[in-house]
Formats: sequence, structure tokens, C-alpha cells
Amino acid sequence: MNSVILATASRYLLTLILMFSVFMLLRGHNEPGGGFVGGLVAAAAFALYFIANGLDAARSILRVDPLRAAVLGLLLSFLSTVPSLVSGQPFMTALWIDTGIASIGKVGTPLLFDFGVYFLVLGITLTIIFALAEEECSL
Amino acid sequence: MAPVLYKRYRENFGWIAVTFPLYMFFSFLSRYPRIAAGESVRESLPWVPSLGINLSFLLDGLSLSFALIITLVGAAVFLFAGAYMKGYRDAGRFYLYIGVFMTSMLGLVLSDNMLLLFVFWELTSFSSYLLIGFNHHKESSRKSALQALLVTGGGGLALLAGILLLGSVTGTYEISSFYDMNRLITSHALYPAIVVLLLLGAFTKSAQFPFHFWLPNAMEAPTPVSAYLHSATMVKAGVYLIARLNHEIGGTPLWQDTVLITGAVTMLFTATLAFRQTDLKKLLAYSTLSVLGTLVMLLGIGSELAIKAFFIYLIAHSLYKGTLFLVAGTLDHETGTRDIGKLGGLRKAMPITATTAALASFSMMGVIPLIGFIGKETVYKAILELDRWGLVLIAAAVLANAFIVMVTLLVGVRPFFGKLRQTPKQAHEAPLKMLIGPALLATLGLLLGLFPDFFISNMLEQSARSILSEELSLKIVLWHGVNLVLILSFLTLLLGALLYALRPIVLQQFRFPTLPAFLKPSAWYETALKGMLSFAKLQTRILQNGYLRNYTIVIVIAALIPASFALYRAAEELSIVPDYSITFYEAALGFIIIVATGLLITSTSRLKSIVSLGVMGFSIGIIFVLYSAPDVALTTFAIETLNVILFVLVLQKLPKFLKRSRSSNRIRDAVIASSVGVFMTLVVLFATSFELSTELKNYFAAASLPEGKGLNVVNVILVDFRALDTLGEITVLAIAAIGVLAMLKTATGRRAQP
Repeated sequence: MNSVILATASRYLLTLILMFSVFMLLRGHNEPGGGFVGGLVAAAAFALYFIANGLDAARSILRVDPLRAAVLGLLLSFLSTVPSLVSGQPFMTALWIDTGIASIGKVGTPLLFDFGVYFLVLGITLTIIFALAEEECSL
Repeated sequence: MAPVLYKRYRENFGWIAVTFPLYMFFSFLSRYPRIAAGESVRESLPWVPSLGINLSFLLDGLSLSFALIITLVGAAVFLFAGAYMKGYRDAGRFYLYIGVFMTSMLGLVLSDNMLLLFVFWELTSFSSYLLIGFNHHKESSRKSALQALLVTGGGGLALLAGILLLGSVTGTYEISSFYDMNRLITSHALYPAIVVLLLLGAFTKSAQFPFHFWLPNAMEAPTPVSAYLHSATMVKAGVYLIARLNHEIGGTPLWQDTVLITGAVTMLFTATLAFRQTDLKKLLAYSTLSVLGTLVMLLGIGSELAIKAFFIYLIAHSLYKGTLFLVAGTLDHETGTRDIGKLGGLRKAMPITATTAALASFSMMGVIPLIGFIGKETVYKAILELDRWGLVLIAAAVLANAFIVMVTLLVGVRPFFGKLRQTPKQAHEAPLKMLIGPALLATLGLLLGLFPDFFISNMLEQSARSILSEELSLKIVLWHGVNLVLILSFLTLLLGALLYALRPIVLQQFRFPTLPAFLKPSAWYETALKGMLSFAKLQTRILQNGYLRNYTIVIVIAALIPASFALYRAAEELSIVPDYSITFYEAALGFIIIVATGLLITSTSRLKSIVSLGVMGFSIGIIFVLYSAPDVALTTFAIETLNVILFVLVLQKLPKFLKRSRSSNRIRDAVIASSVGVFMTLVVLFATSFELSTELKNYFAAASLPEGKGLNVVNVILVDFRALDTLGEITVLAIAAIGVLAMLKTATGRRAQP
């Protein structure tokens, strides 16, 4: 698609939407949102960028292979289960640390878990979209 | 970690690797005084308490003897492999596999929980599969590996079933809790099933007749593997299981006779099979089978003396057979052949190997003063004690042992004496690393023979306690004086020598008739495998024919029929509470959805259908908003957006939108789709008529903030209360993505190369 307006706008939009997706992820604990939606929104951001600027540009701005992001997400989610194992509680007990800093608040394993879900959803969606797009280009 | 380390220290990796089993060996040895004094060490950690699975480990006499064997032979083998595996590709991976194996084998003998034992059991089968198939470029390797895996894995399933039955009878999976439950278990109605299933698992693992055929084939593995897994340790897992459970579920004629007869048949039958073999490792494999049969038989006899014989024989066999396998590996490595016809006169070229081999051979033949002698003496004595079957069994045992003597002469003596023969490689002494291990094991065999009281006696008492209930005082002595048993020993040696002498003549003169296929257990295996494969193919052809719409139809119908049946059965108790209050928004949304559906069905262009699908999706999302489910609505919106993008991507690739389906198909689809729709509507209507169980809702709402530290209940449930479910789901998602990617890539690849 050759639209100058879209291409220019998408650059700013990408940042904005990504920030929004992280916002969704973080606020998920107390209000509607969460890792799953956050991941989807982030994927949509990259998809928009891809539509405006083409596949190569989208890949290069993502830096990593989306499948890697998915695997990273899965790994993060698994990692979040480790502290409970180490501390001898039943598997996957949530553990929280109160940082005491007002703007950060409490940090805990479920947050890590949600980050994992975020990356996984982002990675998987983009993997599929890019793969489809690639096939299209090859024709 | 092993492959990484291996790359750095390629040359000397054997020395590094050996520290691992050696350390374990000495730490087990340091526990020896306590165990010998009658204590046992038990450690337990809850793992999945709700299912009764605990990480509990028990170190008593029985498990300590096995653990010592595993780590000691392991040390010898690790060191040996350092030199032996040098030429192989991926030798680092070899250490990884064999390390996994050693750990799981230790876990197997130490675990005090039946389900944990099963996990380790399967791990040993699995690592054995990887190790047998180590030369994966050879087809025979792959086939043997698969055979071993299927046989032992199938037995493993039977074992699992047996364990579950046992658990349901006793209400626990902890082995130490079964200890006093013998009467409860043996009088239970499920007892025969438990015995059959557990023994099936044990017999397949320990390669008892008629499952013996996988073991000789497993000799495709590199020699250190054969020495370790397929003679000294893994194949003894089945024997261990029988020994471990003997006290708990044994004592009945069913158990004892089955074990006794299977062991005896295996002992004799497999020993005779060794007669025609010419391959060093195959010869050893058949003699191992025979020994395993003897061990099982001894457990079947179950008298004090038999248990004593069991232990001595077990230790003796691990020591000499491990040695001989390693010697066979050395010969193979240094001369380039394993055919006994091509080996001879190597005494001068390989003096140390020859000495080692001689020591181990004497032990294996049961010559004074090695531990093998004591082992065989006690075996004979245990059999002679029997009043029933005694005569038959002793004849069988003498004959089987005579064959073993023959094997020993072929493997341990013949290659070193006589005329020097031309071998593919110029023979010379093996490197130090390949000498230490076998020499150590062989020397130990001699020392234990000379000073049996020093180590084994105490140990035996404690081990025997795990198998039989009463306290035993077991004294082992080397020399009993001239008696019937000693005469039998000599008879065995004579017979063995006779067999050895006659072997070439018999093999030349006498043509062995080939057995008809239906008499060979290995042929049964082949038939079963073929049958299974063709059944799987048939099933795949019917169920997975590659048309997405057929999959959808099958899935939907399979879900619909039982569900609607259940609904129909319950229909009398259900009622629909009519609720006609409807707002303007709802009516408008409903109208939009209906119009979009109508467009979707009648549309003739893809773009139109996609747009109408999107309209439906967003309308549904708005409904979620109206009914205060913002989380679901958010997700729906995001997914709908991405869906449209995906459709746009594939749109150009699809064939032209034609009426590809015949009208009869369309009618069928319409019927199925609308019946699903009607069904779901009914379910929802019925469901709303119920008073929703508020208990769960209230619990989550109340617990969300204090326990989950979050206000958004939905999200807290997802990432905290039911996090395990979420974890499972995202794992499935990741796998699905890899599947999609693979499918797309292969499709692209295929098109790229016409």
C-alpha cells in the first residue's frame, strides 16, 4: 500500500499503540485489560505498521523473530512458576513483593506471568500474519 | 551441560565425566555403615499432593546395593566411553543421554513412591531408546531402538495400570506404606489383575521370555551403552521391581509360580539360543538374558537362601558382565571386528585386556576364588532346597550355566589365545582410559570373592529385609568343602567345555531348521506392529481426509449428539423462564446481526462475506459491553480487528468465489449449522432459568483483592487462581503457532520448487 499519510502516521501510531498495549497489560490487574488483550493490541500495532510500510520494514522494527517472542513469552510464564517451587510452596502459588514505591506498587509472579502471556500472544499473532504475508509476497 | 563441556575438553572429557558417578558412588558408600546397621533414610517432598504423588526417596539395603552398582559401573563406563566414543559424531550428546539415564535409574531404585518410580521407569526406557538409536544413520539401529521402546514402553503402560490398581486398593502410592499390607492386597478381588499387570511391566523391562527378543537387538547401541544399560543396570529394573514388591504383594502361589516359571524358562531357553551366535556382543546379550532369567527364578523361589543367592548373583553379574562388555568393546575398537571367528591370539598384543578378561571370565564361569563362584554355588544350593520341581530346575540351571560357560570361553578366552589372526585393524593395547574401568570391576570381583564377609554380608541382611519380612543372618563363605553343590559346579564347567569343543562340529554338520514364524516372539511383535500401523492408516484415511469442512462437521456432530442427548434426558427438570424485557440497543444489535448473517449466507463475493462477518463480530462485542463484560468485549474487538487483517492477507490467494459445493452439501451444512444454533439457544435459555451458583462467584470476588492483590476479578482468576490452566492454554497456543508456521512454510516451499 502506498499511502504517504498512512506510512507517516503509522510510525507515530506504532509507538502510541504499543504504549497503550503496555498500559492495557499493566492495568489489567485492577481494571479491564491484561496480557492477552495487551498482546493482541500490540500485534495490531505491528500489523498496522506492516500494512503501511511493508513486511521488511515491520520485521526490522520488531528486531526479533516473532516466533522467538512467543517462545520468550512461554519461558517467562514458566519462569514465574519457579519462585513458588523454590520457596517450597505448592506449584504456582503467587508471590508478591511490596516495593513500597507508590508509582510502582506491588510486583509479583502473576505480573511476570502476564508479561509472558503478552509476549506469547504478540509473537504468535505476528508469526502467523508475517508468514501469510510472506507467502503473498512470494507469489 | 555435558555437550558444552565436551566441546571444551574433547580429549580428556572421560576424566571429567567420571567424577560425576564417582562422587555419587562415594556419597552412597558413606551411607553404607548406617544402612548396614539397619537404618533407612527417607526423604519426602510433596509434589502433587492431591494425586498422592510425592517426591519421596528411600535408601535402604536393597536400593543401596542397586545404587552402588549403578554408580560404580557408571564410573567405569563413563571413563571407558571417553576413549571409545572419540570417533563418533555427537559424542557430547552421548554423555547427555547416558547422564540422564544414570540419574533416572538412580531415581528408579531410590524412589519410594510408585508413581515417581513409574516416571523414572519411563525415563530409563526413553534414554535407552535414544542410546540404542545413537547411530541413527543406520536403519537397523533405529529399528532396534524402536523395538526396545515399544516393548518396554508397552510394558510400562501395563505397569502404570498395575500401579493405579494397587493404589486404589491400598489408598496410597508410598511403597513404604505398603509394607504391612500384604494380606489386604493379596485377598483383594483385583489382586490377580495387579499381579499380571505389574509382572508384565517387569518382564518386558528385564527381557523375560517371551519378551526377550529386544535385548539382543539392542546390541546395536555403542558398546558402553550395552555394558551399562543392557547388562548391568536397566534390564535389572524389572528384577528390582519384583524384589521390591515381593514382600508386599508376593507370597501367593500366583505370584511365586509365575515368577519362578517365567524365570526358569528364560534362563534355559535364552542360554540355548546363544549357541549359534558369532558376534561377541550378541553372545554376551544371550548370556545376560539367561542370568536375568536366573535372577527372576530365584525371586520366584523366594526362600532365604534364594534371596541370598539373588544378591550375590546380582552383584557378581554386574561386575563381570560389565567388564566383559567393555572388553568386547575394547576388542571391537582395537581390532575392528566383533566376530569371534576372526579373533585370536591377542594375548601378546593386549596383555592387560587379556588379564582383565580372564578375571571376569573366571567369575562368569564360576571358578574359585571369584565372586561368581560363590554366586553360582548359592544358586545351586537354593534350588536344591526345593522339594517341588527341584530336580528339573537344577538340571535346567546346570545346563543353562554350561551354555554360559561356553559363551565365556568364546568371548573371554578364545580371542586371546591360540593362533594370532589377521584382523581389520592392527591390534594393540587399548588406551589407559579403556583399561581402568574394566580392570577395576574385574579386580573387585576377585576381592569380593576372597573376602565376601567384608562387604556383602551386612548389606545382604539389610537388603533381604526389604524382600522377606524376617531377619536373616547370612554368612557367605568361599569354601564349603566338597559336597553335591561343588560337584555340580564342576559338572557345569565340564559340560561348558564340552559344548565349546563340540560347537564348531555341530554348527557345521547340523543344519538348524528355521523355526516357523508363528513360533517366534519377535515375529509376533512384527505382526502386531504392522497391524497397528495399518489400523492407524485406515483411521487416518477416514477421519483426516484433508478437507477442513469435513473436520468441522465431524467435530461439531461428535459434540452435538451426546450433548443434545444429555439435554433431552434432563429436559423435564428444566424450564424456560420467559423474559421479554428488551432495550432498544439490544433490539438494534440483534437486527444488525441478523441482517449481517443473511448477507453472509447469500453473498457472492468474499469481501462481502468478510465484512459481514466483521459486523457480526463487532456487534457481539458491543453486546458484551452492554452486559458489563468489558474484558471479553476488549478481547473480542482486538481479535476481530486482527481477523480482518488476516483475511485481507489471504484474500488474494483464494480461488475465485464460486459455488464449489453442490446444493446437497449446502443443505447438509445448513441442517448441521442450524441444529447447532438451536441447540446452543436452548442451552442458554435453560441455563438462565437456573439460579446461578453464586458461591464460586462470591469466593473469587472476595478473595481477589486480599489473595490475588488485584481488583479485576477476571484477570486475577486468569493469572493467579487458575494460572495453571492459562499456562496450559498458552503452551497449546505456541504449539499451534509452530504448526501453522510449518504448514505455511512447507506450502510455500513446495510452490517455490515446481
